Amino acid sequence: MNLTLDKLPVGRSARIAAVGGQGALRRHLLDMGLTPKTVVMVRKIAPMGDPIELHLRGYELTLRLEDAKNITLEEVDG
Amino acid sequence: MVFALAGNQNSGKTTLFNQLTGSNQHVGNFPGVTVDKKEGIIRDHHTGEHHRGPRSWGHPRHKRADIPPKEQATVVDLPGIYSLSPYTSEEIVTRDFLIKEKPDGIINIVDATNIERNLYLTMQLIDLGIPMVVALNMMDEMRANGSTVDVNRLEEELGVPVVPISAAKNEGIDELIEHALRAAEHKERPRRQDFCTGAVHRCVHGIAHMIEDHAQAAGVPPYFAAAKLVEGDEPMTRQLALTQNECELIEHSVKEMETELGTDREAALADMRYSFIEKLCAETVVKSGESREHARSVAIDRILTGKYLAIPLFLAIMFLIFWLTFGVIGSFLSDLLTAGIDALTAAADAGLTAYGINPVVHSLLIDGVFAGVGSVLSFLPIIVTLFFFLSLLEDSGYMARVAFVMDKLLRKIGLSGRSFVPMLIGFGCSVPAIMAARTLSSDRDRKMTILLTPFCSCSAKLPIYAVFTAAFFPRYGALVMILLYVMGIAIGIVWALLMKNTLYKGNPVPFVMELPNYRLPSPKSVGLLVWDKAKDFLTRAFTIIFVATIIIWFLQSFDTRLNVVADSSASLLAGLGRIIAPIFAPLGFTDWRAATALITGFSAKEAVVSTLAVLTGTNVANLGGALAAIFTPLQAFSFLTFTLLYTPCVAAIAAVRREMRSGRAAVCVALMQCAIAWVCALAVYQVGSLFIG
Repeated sequence: MNLTLDKLPVGRSARIAAVGGQGALRRHLLDMGLTPKTVVMVRKIAPMGDPIELHLRGYELTLRLEDAKNITLEEVDG
Repeated sequence: MVFALAGNQNSGKTTLFNQLTGSNQHVGNFPGVTVDKKEGIIRDHHTGEHHRGPRSWGHPRHKRADIPPKEQATVVDLPGIYSLSPYTSEEIVTRDFLIKEKPDGIINIVDATNIERNLYLTMQLIDLGIPMVVALNMMDEMRANGSTVDVNRLEEELGVPVVPISAAKNEGIDELIEHALRAAEHKERPRRQDFCTGAVHRCVHGIAHMIEDHAQAAGVPPYFAAAKLVEGDEPMTRQLALTQNECELIEHSVKEMETELGTDREAALADMRYSFIEKLCAETVVKSGESREHARSVAIDRILTGKYLAIPLFLAIMFLIFWLTFGVIGSFLSDLLTAGIDALTAAADAGLTAYGINPVVHSLLIDGVFAGVGSVLSFLPIIVTLFFFLSLLEDSGYMARVAFVMDKLLRKIGLSGRSFVPMLIGFGCSVPAIMAARTLSSDRDRKMTILLTPFCSCSAKLPIYAVFTAAFFPRYGALVMILLYVMGIAIGIVWALLMKNTLYKGNPVPFVMELPNYRLPSPKSVGLLVWDKAKDFLTRAFTIIFVATIIIWFLQSFDTRLNVVADSSASLLAGLGRIIAPIFAPLGFTDWRAATALITGFSAKEAVVSTLAVLTGTNVANLGGALAAIFTPLQAFSFLTFTLLYTPCVAAIAAVRREMRSGRAAVCVALMQCAIAWVCALAVYQVGSLFIG
């Protein structure tokens, strides 16, 4: 239940439950479309292990693992 | 008439701007920040019956009875942003421009292939109540993929005209201009301002009603102000000068909304906007599966950002660019240019001599003007070639991938992967590196990257290292050179950490970045960028750099009594070298010739070697032996350390001044680098002395 986006394995999709954090970062995540109920898929992890590449709302977004921690997920699909 | 061009990054905004204005552009900056403000005059467009906009996308348009009189209309290219939130300087600049400058209209470019996220900004722009037209870009891609957009429906739901275009193919631009002009002329405000429902609706409307007077007094659209207040936007609260009581009422109303929705204020509004967009897109956009461009990008990325190949391929690409720039093309063009300048100089020389002109004027023209202009122009091929490649990397979408792959390396020093390429360019030449920092999307990152570029040892310092290592460390030449480069990087890292914790302590802009689909760069955009950079450089070259060269010439050619010197050791410059030489005593090198060489190095780093050769009365080939009489190996290494770190050349400093929009910053960089170089060379020499004795 308390799965966060940084822990979602590559290739898996999930629905966003809540976006934590605060200030500029949180707002930016929301503005980029990472709003509750949005489905995101982890496309890949950068060669050095961070950041990650996501697929959501028909486009690709990259963010750092420490920022992805703020996003909690529900309903992980297989 | 003034139009604002607003849109997301990677939406084709620059391409559209170029199509709207042609080469008729003027670059300035927004006050107080290093954000570009590009302005241009909207070109003549074809009115009348023969549209060039493809009819196939068309739909019944308003009657074109009133063709607007030809009034000059300018368009201002606003920074590429995703939202009108108050966090980054780009967003604040955009808001301030739209609210305070009150443009007659907004042209909002929307990438149809990525419509959901693009419309998020559109909805906030509509709140402003300024006449607006949506330019629905990349419709050629949509069509090729068999996807469609119900433009009429979209127009109806959004309450603003929507014009399908393809900026890259120059399709629909005339129609866009026409609609923009009409909307502005008739002050057609967005017909709809109410996209929200339920609790958000009640909250925003209640507050809009309450603050209407304040908003009008502050010149802010009430609905926009209310939406921002619900989001908890602090700058807006200040701007409206609300009373304590009103603030409390607003907070109370927001609390109520939050309780009802079970979410907080910022998420509530973002969610409201995206929910509306999702519904709208479901009704108007038909996508026939994954687009070819997207599938292609994913396939390319399997290699270019893949686990094993990403870094080797990046290094290979950068190596290729460096090799082509500094080796093949750059040197070819440089040689060509040099040959041209030499021929011109020879001709002028012969002409002036035949005319029997005063020898001082002759020297001023030939050794000062021609030599100065020549040395400055020799940079030009490198800048043009580098920016040609850089704009290919940027426009194709690869630069974003580099940021993705390299981000982890730069994070510790408070930057993001975006800064990697500009800094890497710094190892070639500081001037384009500093200019390239402009592509960074955050003001803070841009400034920090510029300040760190001087630590990347530029290629013009290579001849200095080569002469010194050959003379003093023949067996460990490569090692000493590597050591110098590593030292530059290491000290740069320390400096970056210092800046991160002092000057740029503020929150870094979060690294949440779009990876756009790969696209073929448009030749027009690449051409305009290269032209822009060349023009920019030449303007500086013929002002500040030119003056600096003349000053150096003057110092070299005259003595204290303003007589022309026969022996270079009697010149003003040599005198200056003698005066400052004691400053370098703690660093181990006291010879005035070393100090003099360092001064000339300010005009161009190559000059250090040639000055040393002239002052020791030898040529560059035999300089090694002469240097051995001036330096011990340790002193030589101390000198090299100082050369590595001290002020970049005048061309680079001029670039800093231009990019930081501050002469003071440029002077600070020059002085700061000298101070850092002094301290580091001191440490090298003093610690080295302990071991060597």
